[in-house]
Amino acid sequence: MGGQGALFEYLLRLGDNTLILGHRVSEWCGHAPVLEEDIALANTALDLIGQTQMWLGLAGEVEADGRTADDLAMLRDVWDFRNVLLVEQPNGNFGQTMMRQMLFDAFHFELLSDLAGAGDDRIAAVAAKALKEVTYHFDRSSETVIGLGDGTEESHARMQAALDLLWPYVGEMFTPDDIDAAMFEAGVAPDLRLLRARFDSRVDRVLKDATLARPDSSYAQTGGKTGFRHSEHLGHLLTQMQWLQRAYPGAVW
Amino acid sequence: MYAQMIKSEATADDPEKLAAFQARIDAGEKIEPKDWMPEGYRKTLIRQIGQHAHSEIVGQLPEGNWITRAPTLERKAILLAKVQDEAGHGLYLYGAAETLGVSRDELTEMLLDGRMKYSSIFNYPTLTWADMGAVGWLVDGAAIMNQVPLQRTSYGPYSRAMIRICKEESFHQRQGYHIMMKMAQGTPAQKKMAQDALNRFWYPSLMMFGPSDKDSVHSAQSMAWKIKMNTNDELRQKFVDQTVPQAEYLGLTVPDADLRWNENKAGYDFSQPDWSEFFDVLKGNGPCNTERLAARNKAWDDGAWVRDGLMAHAAKKRAARVAAE
Repeated sequence: MGGQGALFEYLLRLGDNTLILGHRVSEWCGHAPVLEEDIALANTALDLIGQTQMWLGLAGEVEADGRTADDLAMLRDVWDFRNVLLVEQPNGNFGQTMMRQMLFDAFHFELLSDLAGAGDDRIAAVAAKALKEVTYHFDRSSETVIGLGDGTEESHARMQAALDLLWPYVGEMFTPDDIDAAMFEAGVAPDLRLLRARFDSRVDRVLKDATLARPDSSYAQTGGKTGFRHSEHLGHLLTQMQWLQRAYPGAVW
Repeated sequence: MYAQMIKSEATADDPEKLAAFQARIDAGEKIEPKDWMPEGYRKTLIRQIGQHAHSEIVGQLPEGNWITRAPTLERKAILLAKVQDEAGHGLYLYGAAETLGVSRDELTEMLLDGRMKYSSIFNYPTLTWADMGAVGWLVDGAAIMNQVPLQRTSYGPYSRAMIRICKEESFHQRQGYHIMMKMAQGTPAQKKMAQDALNRFWYPSLMMFGPSDKDSVHSAQSMAWKIKMNTNDELRQKFVDQTVPQAEYLGLTVPDADLRWNENKAGYDFSQPDWSEFFDVLKGNGPCNTERLAARNKAWDDGAWVRDGLMAHAAKKRAARVAAE
């Protein structure tokens, strides 16, 4: 696939990542361990939803079939979603949520840094705006992972367990396919192998300060960003997120 | 959101000091944390501000219930921002209460074990998207009625917190009304949802002002101290007078067969809510009392290891800094 089709797919990947992670983070609302965390999580979710509006809005423009960002978010089924598996994983405990966030933020930060200088002006503009927010997301999630990893015996054990659980979902973010290749050729997307090296050094610094051991395995679960095989979790998320639009088609809210 | 049924505490202070204190309040001065104040004033304020703060925190739950089901990305973002504001209001208010010599953790524990209350309105369920409209329009609307005068309350930190909160609450009410407008102008199913939400939230909203207190001694003391600025009945009347035309504009029917404009008092005559229901909810028998408190307790208990972990890390960092010096 090349040209506009690949660009549309690529924009879905960007927008679906922020949509699904933003949704997951918003599930915390009112249930966080301290009030400041409630506020910070809502902030992160808000940023991600805002980025989703821009990415999926752009995807709709590129597709040129009259679909809006809301149509894309609310009226596609599981197999049409292009987010990585990591972001659809359930929240688990607070430590698991923050570990997922840190791993995604580290990837997201490096990706957006490159996209902000991309050959496509529209993408560069959205990426530059999002990068400011994601810089803060990473600062916060990495500090929390460090604080909890290097906290009590219990918090350390929980953070190591979270890392072990989520590590198999890291590889997919850096596994290139035809879409990534086409976007790289077009001067839009970075080389994912180079991105991985920067991700690794960024994450290794956090894990060192957090006194956590990076898992040995490099095995990667895949199938999210291609849409070939999502986890079972995504369907349940969509039943909530899309419920009103599905139950009352055509209604204006 | 706000506090309800706060009885002023008796005070046994030196009459001369009390008189001088009252004179400051009567002259419109603000009382600041380090100023002398009667014990009754301090205790009443702690209960009132604490209850208000708890209402903001528990108040996240009925709206949080719909964040993951918001119908559009924009609605989701607006609702998230609103609930985030409520948490922020909780922070300001706990901060204001702390200036009176009580910690946030102490207040939280009193909420969790039931020694302190929160506004009863949050013990009602949110069942449809129209409830997000009704909560903003009616519940925030009733809260604003109460809070706008409290911007002039005598205690400085509380007054300043109220000024910040009121700015955001009026945005909340507008977003609620906007949701109702969309629903009322929408499909038959949406109109039905809007009417149903009004039916369920009308009387609980009237209850938010508390039972009639025109003859209450406690109320008189709180009003003299400018902790309470109006009687419950005054505020309720004002709320009804403001809200009925808004319902008419939406094409919705207020669920009160006896609602009538009274030319003589230039206000509406309306039915009182069922006060036995109010006292039942206050006692813990509302539809969601158990769930709301359980949710707050669960968040607190599940978060214990997080708070402990972060505290332990901060202590290690401090120790390392000291060792390095």
